[in-house]
Amino acid sequence: MVERIFKKSTTRVRIFLYLFILLTLVWMALTSTLHWQELTAGVLISFILSLFLSKSYVGLGLPTPTVKTLSFLLIYIASLFKEIIKANIDVAYRVVHPKMPIRPGIVVVKTELKQDLAKLMLANSITLTPGTFTLDIAGDKLLIHWINVSTQDEEKATQAIALKFEKHLKRVFS
Amino acid sequence: MIVSIFLLVIGAAIVLCLIRLIKGPTATDRAVALDTVTTVTTALLVILALVFKRYIYLDVALVYAVLMFIGSVAIARFLEKGI
Amino acid sequence: MHIAGMIAIGIGVLFLFLGSFGIVRLPDVYNRLQAGTKCTTFGCLFAVLGVGIVEPAWFWKALLVSLFVLLTNPISNHALGRAAKKSGVPLWDGSVVDKSRDFPSYANTEKL
Repeated sequence: MVERIFKKSTTRVRIFLYLFILLTLVWMALTSTLHWQELTAGVLISFILSLFLSKSYVGLGLPTPTVKTLSFLLIYIASLFKEIIKANIDVAYRVVHPKMPIRPGIVVVKTELKQDLAKLMLANSITLTPGTFTLDIAGDKLLIHWINVSTQDEEKATQAIALKFEKHLKRVFS
Repeated sequence: MIVSIFLLVIGAAIVLCLIRLIKGPTATDRAVALDTVTTVTTALLVILALVFKRYIYLDVALVYAVLMFIGSVAIARFLEKGI
Repeated sequence: MHIAGMIAIGIGVLFLFLGSFGIVRLPDVYNRLQAGTKCTTFGCLFAVLGVGIVEPAWFWKALLVSLFVLLTNPISNHALGRAAKKSGVPLWDGSVVDKSRDFPSYANTEKL
């Protein structure tokens, strides 16, 4: 019992620290100066905000930020950026090609992610990658508009669209 | 110079979006064109900050992006009949 | 530094133009959203980061602007796409498949 309370409070403190660092960094980016008055105001405001926000963060059931989670998040962002560049060249090619080689359609994709934030991130990254964007989410299914439908099967579509992000996100949110 | 070429190309992009804004057969088409115009305008404001050497224009771009995001979502909710 | 930043801004502006071109050229709302989402997000990202590279003192705020665009643009486009589907905008005649009837909330909207 005591151990559990202790564990819970250390999680809380860790979330508080991560939020505090993040908010201070955002403040510093917004002011873009290292003057001590700005820094003091920023640290005070970040402290108060993260005191309140850490409570709601625990209540939402989001993953606890650890060094491992953050490093997986960085890997995920790197792979996302690569996909974004590929996506843009692909869409730009389809737009300027005189015959417009598009075969649009709406397909269904299944996901194994449980948390709402994980699903949101999956939907956002699908929107940013080659020729696909998310129309709606219901339960574990995503409705996706695909500019060049190569398969209508649910399993194959999942493999082609969602799997490359899901494997990163699963590690972040496990 | 080269920056004025960039500004010309961005102006052409906004004109193309406005064509769709006027022509668009459905209301959603117009909303999509408007949303694209806002993103292009954010980039335009940042480049104008570079042209005029005004740091404050970056804040303007940030606030513009925030407000227009809320505007787009509000229009979308309205079209969905869910507001 | 100056040249690298200018090249980044140039790439960004080019993609902004291509996105707007796609808005005019592509046949229906959903395809237009494809061009409107991806090309403009990417173009805005590159143009803003390019300005941050040209003026190193502005880099952090430019990064903040580009991160904001990267996070919010997909959400507004997703909302617009859902609004189009729910208000019954039909798909283009050349569309291959429409699986949305599997979703109960789309049972009454117009079909392919």
